[in-house]
Formats: sequence, C-alpha cells, structure tokens
Amino acid sequence: MPYTAEKPYQNPSSEELRARIPGWGADLDPRDRPSVPREKYDPGASGAHWDFPDRQPGDETREHSIEHKFVTPVFGTSVPLKGFSGAIRRLAYAKFSEGRAAHWLLLILGDRVDAWESHARSFVSTRPDNPITETGILAEAGHHPVSSRFGQNRSDLSHVWMDPLIVAGPWLAGPLVVLGIRTLLRRRHAA
Amino acid sequence: MQAMVYRGPYKVRVEEKDIPKIEHPNDAIVRVTLAAICGSDLHLFHGLMPDTRVGTTFGHEFIGVVEEVGPSVQNLKKGDRVMVPFNVYCGSCYFCARGLYSNCHNVNPNATAIGGIYGYSHTCGGYDGGQSQFVRVPFADVGPSVIPDWMDDEDAVLLTDACPTGYFGAQLGDISEGDTVVVFGAGPVGLFAAKSSWLMGAGRVVVVDHLDYRLEKARTFAHAETYNFTEYDDIVLQLKKDTEYLGADVVIDAVGAEADGNLLQHVAAAKLKLQGGSPIALNWAIDAVRKGGTVSVLGAYGPIFSAVKFGDAMNKGLTIRANQCPVKRQWPRLFEHIRNGYLKPSELVTHRIPLEHIAEGYHIFSAKLDGCIKPLILPNAA
Repeated sequence: MPYTAEKPYQNPSSEELRARIPGWGADLDPRDRPSVPREKYDPGASGAHWDFPDRQPGDETREHSIEHKFVTPVFGTSVPLKGFSGAIRRLAYAKFSEGRAAHWLLLILGDRVDAWESHARSFVSTRPDNPITETGILAEAGHHPVSSRFGQNRSDLSHVWMDPLIVAGPWLAGPLVVLGIRTLLRRRHAA
Repeated sequence: MQAMVYRGPYKVRVEEKDIPKIEHPNDAIVRVTLAAICGSDLHLFHGLMPDTRVGTTFGHEFIGVVEEVGPSVQNLKKGDRVMVPFNVYCGSCYFCARGLYSNCHNVNPNATAIGGIYGYSHTCGGYDGGQSQFVRVPFADVGPSVIPDWMDDEDAVLLTDACPTGYFGAQLGDISEGDTVVVFGAGPVGLFAAKSSWLMGAGRVVVVDHLDYRLEKARTFAHAETYNFTEYDDIVLQLKKDTEYLGADVVIDAVGAEADGNLLQHVAAAKLKLQGGSPIALNWAIDAVRKGGTVSVLGAYGPIFSAVKFGDAMNKGLTIRANQCPVKRQWPRLFEHIRNGYLKPSELVTHRIPLEHIAEGYHIFSAKLDGCIKPLILPNAA
C-alpha cells in the first residue's frame, strides 16, 4: 500500500523481462534517447543551408494569424479562401488572435458554411455530391457490419446513431430553408 | 492526377486535380507510392479541426519517388525513393535549430501554436497531403530521407508518423527501469507507445481500450496486459486497485479528441464541437497516474478549450508532457530497432485500399469494421 515507504507491488524483474520481450531495455538510459534533451541547439543538424528561407511567391493575399509578424516564407496553397465561408474565415484571421475563442469559433462556422456552399455549388456542376458514395457507406457490405459491432462491448454504439443526422443535416436543412424563404416571399407578395 | 478530396464532414471522394508544381526553390514533387490513413485523419473526416476546407487532400503518412526538385535542392534527386515525415519544417527557425521540428515557425501562416502538417487543414498550414498520386514536399533538403534499401515500403510508411509518434510518446513519459506504464488507446500510436515502453525499461505495460480486437493486438504485438474499460464501472478505480492504490508511474494518452467512455463528453466534443476534443482519456490519465507521476499526451486535440481536470493535475504534482512528434529525430534509432528485430511496424497493417475506394477506406476505419487497425492507401493500384 502507498501508506508506507516502499512501492506497494513488485513488477517482474529486469532479467525476466529481458528474456521475454525482444529489445527490452534497448533504450534504458534516459539520457540516450533520441528526443533527450528536448531542446538541443544544433542549427546545422537539419540539413538547412539558409539562415532564413527564400520567400515563396504569392503571399500578398494569403491570410495569416495576427500572432505572426508576416506570412511565413513557405505556406500551403491547397484551397484559397472563397465565397461567404472565405469572408468568415478572413474575418477570423484578421481580427482575432489564436488566444481568442472567437477566432476558432468563426473558423468552425466557416467550415460549416463552406460545406453548405460546396454542396450547393456541386449541384450546378457536372459532378454533384453523392452522400451514398462519399460517405463510404457501401463498404458496410462485405466488411462484417454486424459482427464488427455487436457482442463486442463497443462503447461507441451508444452514439453512432447520431452520425447519419450529422451527414444528412445539411441535406434536410437545405430544402427546408428554400421552402421557408419561398413561403416568406409569397406571403410578402400576397400582402 | 487522382487525389482524395474532402467534401464536408463524413464525406470524401476521389477527384482529378492538377499535378502540384514547384512553388519554392527547395520544393520537391513526389510521386506517391504508398500512403496511409491516420487515426487523426478521422478528426478531419468528422469535421473536428477548424479551417478544414472542402477540396483539401488529406494524408500525412506517405512515401514515394522524387519526380522533380526545385533549383536549390541539394540532397535529393529525381528517382530517389523517399519517406517524408508528417512535419513540414524549415530546419532553420528558432524552434528547428533546437530540434523542435514539429513546432517550426516558418511554414504555417495560419497558426503559431502548431507547425506545418501535410494534409491536415489550414490550421496546420494549408498543405495538400499524400492520399493522392503526387504531392508537393516543401524543404526537400530538410524533411524527406532516402529509404534504406533493406526497408520494406510498409515499414517505411509507418515510420512517417504512427511508429515514431508512439516511440516519442514513451520518451515523453520519461520511463525509468521497472515503471508501470498505462497506455490509453490501442490504435496504432498506442500500440507503438506500449511496445516502445518496454524498450525504455518498463516493468509492466497495461493498455486500455474498448475494442476487443485491438486489445488482442496489444497482447500479441506489444506484450501488454489489457483492460476493456466497458467491462468496469470505473476504469480508474480498477487501475488504482491494480497498483495497490498507488497509481501508475506513467500514463500515455494515445486517444485524443474523439475519446469514448463518457457519452456526455463525447457528444459535446465530437458531435456538437463544443470542445476542442473529448478529454475523457486525458482525465482518466490524470486520475490514474500516481502523485508525482508523468502524463504523456500524444492524442490530437483541437485548438479550442476542453474540460480538463487541471486541478487534480496540479494537486497531484504531475508532469504533463506533450507535443507533436519531431519525426526525423527518431529515425536513426528506429532504423536500428527495426534492423535488430525489436520493431516490425508493418505488423499493424490490416487493410490495403486502392485510392479510388478511399471513401470506403475512411468508413471502414471510422466505423472500426472488419478488425481495422491500420489502413494503407495504394495510389496506383489500378
């Protein structure tokens, strides 16, 4: 018990573990581990042959955290800001530091708006979104959907029923919003 | 080229995209030969990471062949078979100069709190990832390494994140000879952390999860004792009893943002996005470790607040250590361990999925179908 000075239980001896487990103790010395010490000043170790990297072109319009002095010399260019979601995200970056909840909550809002915008845009493209193929749900067939889930003590079964609501939410909300706007317009027109 | 593309929460598909171009003198373009889906990709897939834009290609675990290099690249050439750490980093900033490659300050304009990660949202820099046929690799002289001839592709791809991250997590635990180590989470990172704990001299390793098939893997791959937390009213109390009411010396959280075990916490965080992540595993870690012990956090959490029991952490005098793994610092030692037969990362691979079926791959991994532990993506299977 921890109420006296000695450790209250005994683990197997090092000799026993070394015999049983391949490699046991290969990194036993805490000073001889790859990330020890955590900070080790050695600017030549990385392979970098610059003091400050060349600047990647195209940073003039690139959004950045206001906790950065400038746009970093290298940055990703996968999906530039666009649409209403882009305006929300730009506001988050321009006004609020990473220490402010508003920064992250606006980015999360931007994500939801982006999904709705993109779904809507897809319907006027040659490749509309298809929730059946894009959720991968077709993989259920042939991958043991019943035996993988039941009789397994899985704690996630208590909430997986919510997942279809998350996926279907925008699809259900979209027509309802359109119907609501149409009804409002008709009432205003009738008045 | 073909690439996986995010279409909103729980939806991905394969699209034709332009082959990436050299955008910086030290860029390389790599033709991807093998990629993986990481457990943390599921956080993106489920819409948990802020600023995950529709159209992004995920994938931070990949290997490939150099197709083109920028004019300042000195260490790589066309045709080299390379493994690419999940960290994008410059090698020269304040943090990189001190070996904190995962905390680079020169590659992520969107946030200062995290470095750059391939295919991991604009919060991590806005780089497309490797679940595609080609990928842009910045700072080619710094991040990638030529894969040794003796190394299998499947071992190499797991060395780009999951294996070094687990190994790093055991180091963060500052394990001493004979320590009792508890690992929450029996996914690939947790399994590697458990296995690595023995390398550092642990006296006992216990893995906790709710998926029996993964706990079976923890017993066979990582030689660990296991608990399925669903079989206990209170897993923390069980762990206390199991250590004669002392608590474990070291606890490793290898679960992160979508932890299960408390419905309210899970729904608030993972479904309603009201927290940066579900802190169930982290709170269990704080409770299950002994006073004065160490909690190592490998689980990925979002940047907003989570309801963490910090008062207990303070009152127990805990050391909490956390970081994204600086992958390349781990490689030389991990190469030795693989050559010596102490580690065989590819033993965790359960599924090999052609890129064109990646939506099914995400669903299988997310829904934990078919005994899935680690799915690989084959970009050129057709």
